[in-house]
Amino acid sequence: MTTTQSSYNGVVPKAREITTQPRFSDKVFRFVVTSGGFTSLIILSLIAVFLLLQGFPVLRDMGFGFITGFEWNPGDVDNGVPVQFGIGAMLIGTLLVSVIGLIIALPIAVGTALFLTYYAPEWIKKPLTITVDLMAAIPSVIYGLWGFFVLMPHAVYWAKLLHNYLGFLPFFKMPADVFERSPFIAGIVVGIMIIPIITAISREVFSQVPLDRIQAAYALGATKWTMIRSVVLPFGSSGVAGGAMLGLGRAMGETIAIYLVLNIYFAPNFQVLFSAGGNVASLIVSKFGEAGDYELRGLMAAGLILFIVTLLVNFLSNAIVKRTSRTGK
Amino acid sequence: MATIDYSSVKPQKPWRLDSKQLAINGGVFLLAVLLTPVVLNITPLNGKLGASFIFVVLATIGNTVLSIVRQGFKTISTSIAATFIYLATALVLLPLASVLFTVASKGITAVKLNTFTQDMRITNPDAPFTEGGALHAILGTFEIVLIATIICVPLGVLTALYLTEIKGRFENLVRFLVQAMSGVPSIVAGLFIYTVLIVTLGINYSGIAGAFALSILMLPTVARTSEEVLKLIPNDLREAGVALGATQWRTVAMVVVPAAKSGILTAVILGVSRVAGETAPLLLTILGNTTNNLNPFSGPIAALPLYTFSLMKTGLDVAISRAWGGALILLTLVLILFITARLLSGKKR
Amino acid sequence: MSGSNPVKSLAAVASGARVANKFTPGSGLEANGVHAWFGKHHALADINLEFPANTVTALIGPSGCGKSTFLRTLNRMHEFIPGAAMAGEVLLDGRDIYEPGSDVTKIRLKIGMVFQKPNPFPSMTIGENVLSGLKLAQLKIENKDEILEECLTRAGLWKEVKDRLGAQGGSLSGGQQQRLCIARALAVSPEVLLMDEPCSALDPGSTLRIEETIRELADSIIVVIVTHNMQQAARVSDYTGFFLSDGGPGQLVEVATTNEIFSTPRDKRTEDYVTGRFG
Repeated sequence: MTTTQSSYNGVVPKAREITTQPRFSDKVFRFVVTSGGFTSLIILSLIAVFLLLQGFPVLRDMGFGFITGFEWNPGDVDNGVPVQFGIGAMLIGTLLVSVIGLIIALPIAVGTALFLTYYAPEWIKKPLTITVDLMAAIPSVIYGLWGFFVLMPHAVYWAKLLHNYLGFLPFFKMPADVFERSPFIAGIVVGIMIIPIITAISREVFSQVPLDRIQAAYALGATKWTMIRSVVLPFGSSGVAGGAMLGLGRAMGETIAIYLVLNIYFAPNFQVLFSAGGNVASLIVSKFGEAGDYELRGLMAAGLILFIVTLLVNFLSNAIVKRTSRTGK
Repeated sequence: MATIDYSSVKPQKPWRLDSKQLAINGGVFLLAVLLTPVVLNITPLNGKLGASFIFVVLATIGNTVLSIVRQGFKTISTSIAATFIYLATALVLLPLASVLFTVASKGITAVKLNTFTQDMRITNPDAPFTEGGALHAILGTFEIVLIATIICVPLGVLTALYLTEIKGRFENLVRFLVQAMSGVPSIVAGLFIYTVLIVTLGINYSGIAGAFALSILMLPTVARTSEEVLKLIPNDLREAGVALGATQWRTVAMVVVPAAKSGILTAVILGVSRVAGETAPLLLTILGNTTNNLNPFSGPIAALPLYTFSLMKTGLDVAISRAWGGALILLTLVLILFITARLLSGKKR
Repeated sequence: MSGSNPVKSLAAVASGARVANKFTPGSGLEANGVHAWFGKHHALADINLEFPANTVTALIGPSGCGKSTFLRTLNRMHEFIPGAAMAGEVLLDGRDIYEPGSDVTKIRLKIGMVFQKPNPFPSMTIGENVLSGLKLAQLKIENKDEILEECLTRAGLWKEVKDRLGAQGGSLSGGQQQRLCIARALAVSPEVLLMDEPCSALDPGSTLRIEETIRELADSIIVVIVTHNMQQAARVSDYTGFFLSDGGPGQLVEVATTNEIFSTPRDKRTEDYVTGRFG
C-alpha cells in the first residue's frame, strides 16, 4: 500500500441503489409481523362493517329520525302501534352525563397532577401515582355497585342542597321530588372513573415542563403558584385538554356503572338532579335481553353510532395531545 | 498540621418552618376542628358531610390568614391554590378508599370456604351464605381470560414489533389505530362479537365468544405497553446481532424479545387486569350460567363480573351480599394482577 | 509486541517487521470511490482505501469527519440509517459487497464489528454470548468448548472468565464486556474486524488490554479501527488514514504507514492534526 493523497475532485457520482436479497426467513418474518401490525385496522373496519350491515335496515327505515327521535318502541302490529326507534334522548343523556363527569373530574385531576409533580414530598410521589393508577384498574361493575349503595345516599343529600340553594338555576329545577338515579349521580360516578386517565396524562405533560423555565420563574421572585400559573399551566394546557377529551371518550363509552346508577328515560331531560337520563350504552344493555330481531338491529345501529362518536372524540383528543408533544412550546 | 475542629458547626435547614411556626400551624388546625361543630349548628348543613365541608372551609381560611400574616397579601392566591391542590388529592383518595373499604367489609361476610368449592346450580340466590358459591364464576373467568390472552398476546406483540422493528410505511397509521382502538366502548366490542359469532356464524353463547370480545379490549393495552418496552431495548443490541451476520428474524427472536421478556409479561398482565373485570361485553356473549362449564367452546358460561352484576340485579338482600362477595373476589384478583405488573416493571428500571 | 510501541522507530519499519504486507488485489478488503449520504447530506466523498491481510489500519480525524460512517459502509451497517445512500464499491476478496442480490447477512459474517459501547446480550450468559453469533446465523456448533476457549483467549478474557461462563454477561466490568464482544465477533471467524472507537467508553487499564488484543488479532485477520485517540492509533496500527471535513463531505486526506503519518506527514493538515494544533 502506497501513500495516497486525496484525489477527490468535486465530481459527485450518482448514489447507487442499495439492494439486498433478504433471506427467505426474513421475508416470512416481515410478512407475518406486518400482517400482525394491521390487526387493529382489520378489527376496527370489521366492527364498522358488521354493525352497519346489521343495523342498516333500521337506519334505512328510521332515516335521520334514528338520531333525532326520542321514542324507542318496538311496536305492536296487532294494536296498530307503529315501530319507532330514535336514540336522540340517549345521545343527549350520554353527552350530559359525560360532561358532568368531566366538570367534576377535570379540576380534581389537574389538582392531583399538580400535587404529584410540584407539591408532594419526594417519598410519597411514587406510591401515590400507583394508587391513582389503581383507580383505573377497578372494574366498572364495582364502581356501579359502590355508586348505587354507598355514593347515592350522599349524592342525594348534596343534590337536595343544590336544589334548595341554587334551585333558581334552570338545570337544578325538579319536576318531581325524585333525586335517585339522576344524571348528576351518574356524572359523579363516571367522573371518579375518568379521574385517573386525566391525572395520568396531565402529570405526564407537567413533568415535561423544562426545568430552566421553572427556575427562571422562581429567580424572578415567583411563588410556587405564580410559577405554575405562568409556566406550567400555559405549557401543559393543550395536553390537559387532550387528556380531558380522552376522559370524555371513556365516559361516553362507559356502560355497566352508568346502567346501575342511572334511570333510563326516553325523553330529553336537562334537569340534572332529576331521576331521568339517557345513555346509549345502557340502552343496549337494558333492551338486549328481550329484544326481537328488528329491535336487535336497532340496538346494533345504536352501537354503531356510539362507536363512531367515541372514535371521533378519541381522534380529536389524540390530535390535541400530539400537537402539544410536537410543538413543545 | 493541626486539623481544624468543625464540630461546632451544625448543618441547618433555614428554609424549613421552625418549631414555633409549626406550633402556630397546629393551633390553627386545632381551632378549625373546634369551631366546626359550632358553625355546623348555625348553618343549615348537617351530618358528617356537612361537618367535613365546614372544616375544609375553616382550615382554608385559617391557613390563608396565617400566610397573609407571615408573608403579606401577595401570597393569598398561592395559599388558596395550595389548599385547593391538597384538597383535590384528598378528593381522589376518598372515593378510592371508600370503594376498597366497602367492598372489603361488605364482601367478607359473604365469602366462606364453600364460595370457592360450590356453584349456584341448586342454591337460591337468597339462601344462606353457607350454601352455594362462586366456583362456576371463578372458573369461567379464568377460562375466558386465558383464551382471550392466547388470542390477543401474539397479535399485540406482533403489532408492537411492527412499530419498533419493521417501522414500515404505515407505522404512524398503525400507532394511531391502536390508540383509537383503546377508546372502543366495551359494549361495542361485545355487540360486534355478538353480530359476528352469534348472529352471522350461528355459534351459541359460549366462553370463546366472550374471550374474543375481551381480546379486542385487551389488544391496545398489550400492544402499546409492549411497544414502550421494545423501544427501551437499546439499538446497539439489534446492530450487534445484525453485525454478527444474523438475519433480522433471528436477531428479534433471540436477542430483542428475550431482552424485553419481563416487560412483555408486564404488558400481558396489564392487559389481563384491564379486561378481567369487564361486564358489558360478557353480557352479550357468554350470557351467564349458574353451574360449572368447563367447556369454553359450548354453551353459556359464568364469569365473576357477570355473577356480581346479575346477583345485584335481583334486588334481594342476601343476593346483594353475595354480589359484594363476588366483587371482593374480583377486586382481589385485579389487585393481585395490578401489583404483580407494578413489581415486574419496577424491578426493571 | 514491537508494533505496539508508542513510537515506532524508523529502524523497525525499515526492517519490515510490521509493514511487510503489501496489498494484493483480489484479496483482503478494498474501498473504491466510496461516497455516503444521509438524506441530502453528503457525508463522505470518494474514499479509496486498501486493507492488506494481517494488518491494523487506524482511521483518525476530528468529530464529524465521516470516519465512523466510512466504517459502517464497510459491512453494510450504513444502510440501517433511514435515508442512507452510498456510491462506489467495497470489495471483499475481489467481490463487491453491494452487488445487487448479494446476501447481506453472509457479508456481515465475514466482516464483523465491535461497537463504541460494550453491548453484550443481556438475556444471555458469558458463554452464550460468545456462541450467540453462531446461533444467530444458524451455523453448526460442533466443538463448543474449543470455540469458547479459543475465542475468549484471543480476546484476552479466557483467564478471567473461564470459571464463570454461566454468569450473566452484564456482570462483567466495562472492559471485560468489550472483550466479550470482541470474542463474540471472533466466534464466527470473520476475515475482517471493524472497531468503532472500541475504547472510548473504557478506563485506561482496560484500553491497554484491548490494544494488546488488537495487536494479537492482526496476526490472523484484518482490523480496521476508528479512534479519536492519536496515541492509540500510533500504538496499535500499521497504517493510518486521516479523515477531514472542511464543512462539506468528509474526505480521506492522507493514508500511509502509521510511522509516516506521525513522523513525516505529507499534508500540512495532517501535520497540524497529529501535532495537536487542531481537532
